[in-house]
Amino acid sequence: MTDLTDLTISESLKKLKAKEISPVELTTAYIEKMKNNDKYNAYVTTTEDLALAQAKEAEKRYANGTNRPLEGIALGIKDLFCTKGVRTTACSHIIDNFVPQYESTVTQHLLDDGALFLGKLNLDEFAMGGSNETSCFGPVVNPWSKETKLVAGGSSGGSAAAVAAKMCAAATGTDTGGSIREPAAFCGVTGIKPTYGRCSRYGIVAFASSLDQAGPIAKDVTDCAILLNSMAGYDAKDSTSSKVDVPDFTSFIGKDIKGLKVGIPQEYRPDGLNKEISDYWDKAAQILKDAGAEIVSVSLPHTKYALPTYYVIAPAEASSNLARYDGVRYGNRKEGNGLDELYINTRTEGFGKEVKRRILIGTYVLSAGYYDAYYLKAQKVRRLIKNDFDEAFKKCDILLTPTSPIEPFAIGDKKMLENPINMYLNDVFTVSVNLAGLPAMSLPIGLSQNGLPFGMQLIGKAFDEETIFKTAYQLERGANFVRM
Amino acid sequence: MSEYIITTEKGKWEVICGLEIHCQIISQSKIFSGASTEFGDDVNENVSFVDAGMPGMLPTLNKECVHQAVKTGLGLNAVINKYSEFSRKNYFYADLPQGYQITQFQYPIVGEGAIDIDLPDGTTKTIRIERMHIEQDAGKSIHDMSPTKSFIDLNRAGVGLMEIVTKPDFRSPDEAGAFLRKLRSILRYLGTCDGNMDEGSMRCDVNVSVRPYGSDELRTRCEMKNVNSVKFVMQAIESEAKRHVETYEADGDIAQETRQFDPATQTTKVMRKKEFAHDYRYFPEPDLPPLVLSDEFINKIKSELVELPDAKKTRFIKELGLTAYDASVICENKETADFFEKAAKGHDAKKVANWLMGDFFAMLNEKKLELKDSPVSAENLGKLVELITSNVINGKTAKDVFAIMAETGENPDKIVEEKGLKQVTDTSAIEKLIDDLLASAADNVAAYRGGKVGLFGWFVGQVMKQSQGKANPQVVNELLKKKLG
Repeated sequence: MTDLTDLTISESLKKLKAKEISPVELTTAYIEKMKNNDKYNAYVTTTEDLALAQAKEAEKRYANGTNRPLEGIALGIKDLFCTKGVRTTACSHIIDNFVPQYESTVTQHLLDDGALFLGKLNLDEFAMGGSNETSCFGPVVNPWSKETKLVAGGSSGGSAAAVAAKMCAAATGTDTGGSIREPAAFCGVTGIKPTYGRCSRYGIVAFASSLDQAGPIAKDVTDCAILLNSMAGYDAKDSTSSKVDVPDFTSFIGKDIKGLKVGIPQEYRPDGLNKEISDYWDKAAQILKDAGAEIVSVSLPHTKYALPTYYVIAPAEASSNLARYDGVRYGNRKEGNGLDELYINTRTEGFGKEVKRRILIGTYVLSAGYYDAYYLKAQKVRRLIKNDFDEAFKKCDILLTPTSPIEPFAIGDKKMLENPINMYLNDVFTVSVNLAGLPAMSLPIGLSQNGLPFGMQLIGKAFDEETIFKTAYQLERGANFVRM
Repeated sequence: MSEYIITTEKGKWEVICGLEIHCQIISQSKIFSGASTEFGDDVNENVSFVDAGMPGMLPTLNKECVHQAVKTGLGLNAVINKYSEFSRKNYFYADLPQGYQITQFQYPIVGEGAIDIDLPDGTTKTIRIERMHIEQDAGKSIHDMSPTKSFIDLNRAGVGLMEIVTKPDFRSPDEAGAFLRKLRSILRYLGTCDGNMDEGSMRCDVNVSVRPYGSDELRTRCEMKNVNSVKFVMQAIESEAKRHVETYEADGDIAQETRQFDPATQTTKVMRKKEFAHDYRYFPEPDLPPLVLSDEFINKIKSELVELPDAKKTRFIKELGLTAYDASVICENKETADFFEKAAKGHDAKKVANWLMGDFFAMLNEKKLELKDSPVSAENLGKLVELITSNVINGKTAKDVFAIMAETGENPDKIVEEKGLKQVTDTSAIEKLIDDLLASAADNVAAYRGGKVGLFGWFVGQVMKQSQGKANPQVVNELLKKKLG
């Protein structure tokens, strides 16, 4: 008997419409997988009953023909999206009892299109981390782990692991410096961070407002297109969302890429880059070349400043965004003698180490006397990084790079935990994209000698996700990666 | 103009003062959320998820507040900045749900402007405006309901504010007082802020320093936060300047600090020393794009602008012949000016102004009524003045008629008609009264003619009495003089 959870969303929708399978059957299959794969720690809250109720409703709709585009598709939701009536924690102890009375715009779009939610997925606390080890609910285990438990990547580690282990048809993620792409690469699944402003941030717990962007993590490129169709769109409740038309992204699946110019940024190939990754990069370029694309070399000269720039701007915004978690109105409170002590006790107990570190960095770079040297300078460099991409895109239509310079590492790896800089360095290929506000996708290209997935990244021009989708589809076909 | 100089045995000192005024914007909803701005609703009634700083909530700019800010900027004769930005001012307080205030820092919506103020000695002075920006208000902390707890009301959290910052142009408490009254008048004309300092919809921070008279140095200033009446602002400047002078003359130093004015003792006390000053860590608000205004938007507001007090005052002086003093008193309040214009239409404007500022306001005061509730309408006040100028009644009768109008709200024409109060200008009728009087008071006539000219008034009074007050006093005077020789 075929395992229904093997089906992609596009395959499931076909079978649902043809009434070959029922939404309840499909949902039940995913719930079964959630139970069996509990060991990965992907979910922090499950809502099976709600999901099954929604599945029954979906069944009715398929029966009476009022089915919507995602009717009966079972999704997991990163626990950074506020979900009305369902606990939303950002995987932080400080709000681990918080139940929002409102729904984020992105999840509302998915619900409106008939999707159902199996539960809330684990992430790094407030999305700050690259390995999902900062979650107050403990790390997510990468389903590709052999003897040693490996990290799933972060911050959307729960999302990537849940998709890889077929604990949901697809998941939502958010990406501030690589938080969709890196875990997608680590778990051998596909994820896209759309252009900044493509999806509404309303109802997503904020990390760094000028960088945060929601996107899907799914089994393949086509499923990402199907989901992004639903998630994207202007929202009056988010002043930074764009009034740009949303094309049907699925219409670019299968389009040929003859004559398309694919740029290879030289600065992304430093001396000492992992040979296996370097070889896969060449292989990916060859696949696209074989599909008719032209490979060109481009330069992004300010790349080396991207990480320090990111680690000034993101913590600066975070330090301000997280000020609201003060124990006064909601979340956990630790009483103290007077208001200041209440703040100190609440925040000392509520926040984890990495979040505290970033609040301190952010507070420092915004302080009087340091603002010009750090925050203001970082904003200027950010502009230069964006200009680099503008220049590069005069010579090519899309960029091809690896997603991560390393393969998934062990949970509790001393080198990463003892020096946070080592952890931050893993974001080297992903953060520039957020600083420039561009869309980028990670998709699996193959396995390392250790049998662990590698991801390739495609970076597009602003609001040109369509080129990413058609290129990614060709790359996916050529790579022929075998999902778990 | 008269200078305000603090003179002591040791020397003469000059006061330097600047004001920062927070004005609540009149708008239906808050500046960054859809919650109502209604004053006086139940606590925490008008609080949206955005106002409460809930996770994932985002601000969206209320266009009505921008409209009001531009209107106010135009009223301050100020530059409207087509490009402005929002910033976050970060600090922790229990009534600041987000942990930061969304305000404007480097790029405010309104730039430099100027307001002319009228001083008690009849001179005018120009006060320069440094800038005006828009921001959100905080909630209210209530500390006196429990000995161990504080209570938070977020109804005010997120209400739009305009912060107007002046240059340090004030040299006396009077100037600051005149400025606040003028500003309040402009805001009320524009309908952008109700200007009620006692309700907190207009709040004033006062910066004061002193320097030896004649010098141009700038000494350390102290800021007094949230002074809540014009009178208190003036008292605060006076007492703070005095404190500075006394400190300097005792060879002391003034520390830069934030102080609080206590109206009960009329002194200021330290609120926060400089070393405890907040580092607000301002940075551009990433949740809101820069605010870019089109010429079209600004010009539309310009074209809809009402006549402001200064323009109205000039017109009243030039076209209606009012004195500068009368015009500025009448124009301070738009309702008064409108009432006056209605009353004066087609009548003697100067006389209308006298009646308005005299008997009319005395009547309102006595009855404790607002202008809008006046029993005497503008039209009727005009008619009353017309009855006087056209000699239908005399001044004394007019006062009686006005008293009846104040009681009944009746039309003065009707009162005069019904009560037969029309003055007698018919010389033959008055002549008859005089002849009768002179015949019956031969002694007094003889005394008058013998040199007791002071008796003339008695003759006038008797004639008026006989006419039941209706005789035209001028005619009575003329005829009496003639007949008494």
